[in-house]
Amino acid sequence: MNIVILESDHLQILLDVLRKRGYQVIGPTLGDGAIVYDGLNTTANLPIGWTDEQDGGTYRLKKRNDKALFGYNVGPHSWKKYLLPSELRLWKIKRNGNSFQIVTENEATQKFAFIGVRSCDIHAISIQDKVFMNGQYIDQHYKSQRKDTFIVAVNCGKAGGTCFCVSMNSGPRATFGFDLAMTEILEGENHYFLIETGTELGAEILREIPHKEASEKQKCAADDILKNTAEQMGRSMDTSNIKDLFYRNHEHPRWNNVAERCLTCANCTMVCPTCFCTTIEDVTDLTGEHAERWRKLDSCFTMDFSYIHGGSVRSSIKSRYRQWITHKLATWIDQFGTSGCVGCGRCITWCPVAIDITEEVDAIRKSEPVSERQTTEAVEIKGS
Amino acid sequence: MKSIIPEPMIPKPFRIHRKLKETHDTYTIELESTNGADGFPFSAGQFNMVYVFGVGEVPISISGDPSIPKMLRHTTRSVGTVTKAILKLRSGDVLGVRGPFGSHWPVNEAVGNDVIIVAGGIGLAPLRPVLYSFISQRDKYGKIILLYGARTPEDLLYKKELEQWRGRFDLEVKVIVDSATGNWRGNVGVVTTLIPRIQFDPLHTVAMICGPEVMMRYTLKELQSRGIKNENIFVSMERNMKCGICLCGHCQLGPKFVCKDGPVFCYDHIKELFGKREI
Ligand SMILES: Cc1cc2nc3c(=O)[nH]c(=O)nc-3n(C[C@H](O)[C@H](O)[C@H](O)COP(=O)(O)OP(=O)(O)OC[C@H]3O[C@@H](n4cnc5c(N)ncnc54)[C@H](O)[C@@H]3O)c2cc1C
Ligand code: SF4
Ligand code: SF4
Ligand code: FES
Repeated sequence: MNIVILESDHLQILLDVLRKRGYQVIGPTLGDGAIVYDGLNTTANLPIGWTDEQDGGTYRLKKRNDKALFGYNVGPHSWKKYLLPSELRLWKIKRNGNSFQIVTENEATQKFAFIGVRSCDIHAISIQDKVFMNGQYIDQHYKSQRKDTFIVAVNCGKAGGTCFCVSMNSGPRATFGFDLAMTEILEGENHYFLIETGTELGAEILREIPHKEASEKQKCAADDILKNTAEQMGRSMDTSNIKDLFYRNHEHPRWNNVAERCLTCANCTMVCPTCFCTTIEDVTDLTGEHAERWRKLDSCFTMDFSYIHGGSVRSSIKSRYRQWITHKLATWIDQFGTSGCVGCGRCITWCPVAIDITEEVDAIRKSEPVSERQTTEAVEIKGS
Repeated sequence: MKSIIPEPMIPKPFRIHRKLKETHDTYTIELESTNGADGFPFSAGQFNMVYVFGVGEVPISISGDPSIPKMLRHTTRSVGTVTKAILKLRSGDVLGVRGPFGSHWPVNEAVGNDVIIVAGGIGLAPLRPVLYSFISQRDKYGKIILLYGARTPEDLLYKKELEQWRGRFDLEVKVIVDSATGNWRGNVGVVTTLIPRIQFDPLHTVAMICGPEVMMRYTLKELQSRGIKNENIFVSMERNMKCGICLCGHCQLGPKFVCKDGPVFCYDHIKELFGKREI
């Protein structure tokens, strides 16, 4: 693959080219005390010279001592803000005598260009692609947004305090799913991006922007940065036999322990880039002649989520936390052939009481009665 | 321009042709497509998402005869907002219907075997299509046994049909109620107590169960103890459902999506999940 150099001053040209081609350009910007995704018309709106400090339950913006454009990790938003909007009207319905008439919403026409998609989030998007576009039924809204999405990946120049993409094999270098991928390099006076092309469209767009061939030395510089990032992971998770770990620990004292801390606030599901559950809300106007159906993001942490006549299937807090983490790390594998967690760390950072998915896995693994472990291991050896 | 949502997310209007009272809180409605068009082909055990204008939408099994697709039937017990609204509708009113969704009972797979149907309460609704199918191809099956339990004699569904079925020499129909009222002279107790009283060939028997989860749990135990293999036992599961097409996540039962992999499951495929608390 051809690797080229784009001077940081020329990044604006990329944004302009994309806009001219009809893309709505979205990227990281400074929001309310956090780096959030929003419209990005000029590189001046990037969080230039900012970084973030993240840990369980904490997120803080901090000044860097350079002018890096992408010198931070992921914030509370993920790209599902655009691909899986939190509220979407599906149809309107009108009474028509004693029958009715339905008008459905039409496919969106806006095309998004995402600037600064991290490798973990590329994996998250590809996971939601499987959920919404690979089954018997396809989510047309998702598909229509997705087919025109232009993705500019940014390889992470540092790891966040709650990141563990290395454990989940999902980063820090973007290896697929992008049109262009950039590694930002700051060396004294020099500030440039190493650019890899992922698609023909990416190559076409790159041709409209001034660039030059990368030298071997520059390529090595990018490799070194990524190697360094991989070594800095704030968290880690042992994923060996993780599906069976959860399947055999449906009953475990740790669930009571986590239930004492969890507030069922649903922050974790809202920030998670792969969580996809939605609910349906029907609203009627005052005349009773018109109604609308809305699809809204939902969370398995609410009581209503599993309600059936007579009570919720998962009424205890422990069962709801267990459902969430078991889905992410175990049942997801059976459902979609992939883990539902990409190690982005958002759920750890944004949990108000700092519940940490990596710590919970560790606790269950370490406190599992030895007999349990031995029996299943013995079975596995026999089975292989 | 294409619509943003898959076709199965759009309710189609169906007019109530007839409304039949089953019990004080349960009615069967007969529906026909408002454009008079084609029927509604389905397989026994499948369900629809039924929408009441401006009120909401709930999953309801199809309770009619699969060989008469022109007439779509639903038997609904009113328990809450939407089901109460369904029962307030009158003939001529229009409902929205999306479906049919989900898996079906192994009607064809059971050919050549004895079959046992165990139903509790409203659980008979999704099993009635199975009975219709069995009866229309009576010679393809060995024994056909229906065990049906309800709370009281007044809560029995499909009383006329039950009488007819009971009158046939080639069906074995046993009915039981939790508590007798009026001049009930039949069995009193739980449906599982009927199992020891029936004869069948355990290695060549297919069982189909639908009812509250506790009832299904005890029925399973009883059938297993009579030697029916897990592969030959089928159960219908219930979970909250919003989409019916495997996109909303609500109906999960461990790794299964009840709307797509179920509602009818071979017990052998969900035995690790069945009866697990709050799963
Ligand atoms: C596959 C399937 C088949 C069913 N078949 C029948 C049938 O043939 N006849 C029948 O009477 N009932 C059937 N039910 C149960 C029926 O869906 C519920 O009684 C109904 O949803 C209750 O809604 P409500 O608004 O009247 O009650 P509320 O208690 O007001 O419920 C509020 C909301 O919770 C959800 N909800 C409540 N109970 C259930 C439930 N049991 N299952 C799923 N979602 C629920 C619904 O979204 C409902 O709108 C079936 C359920 C499933 C999953
Ligand atoms: S579960 Fe947590 S770490 Fe994993 S993808 Fe979701 S938010 Fe990121
Ligand atoms: S784990 Fe944390 S973020 Fe998730 S619901 Fe519980 S308290 Fe909220
Ligand atoms: S009902 Fe939506 S996923 Fe099954």
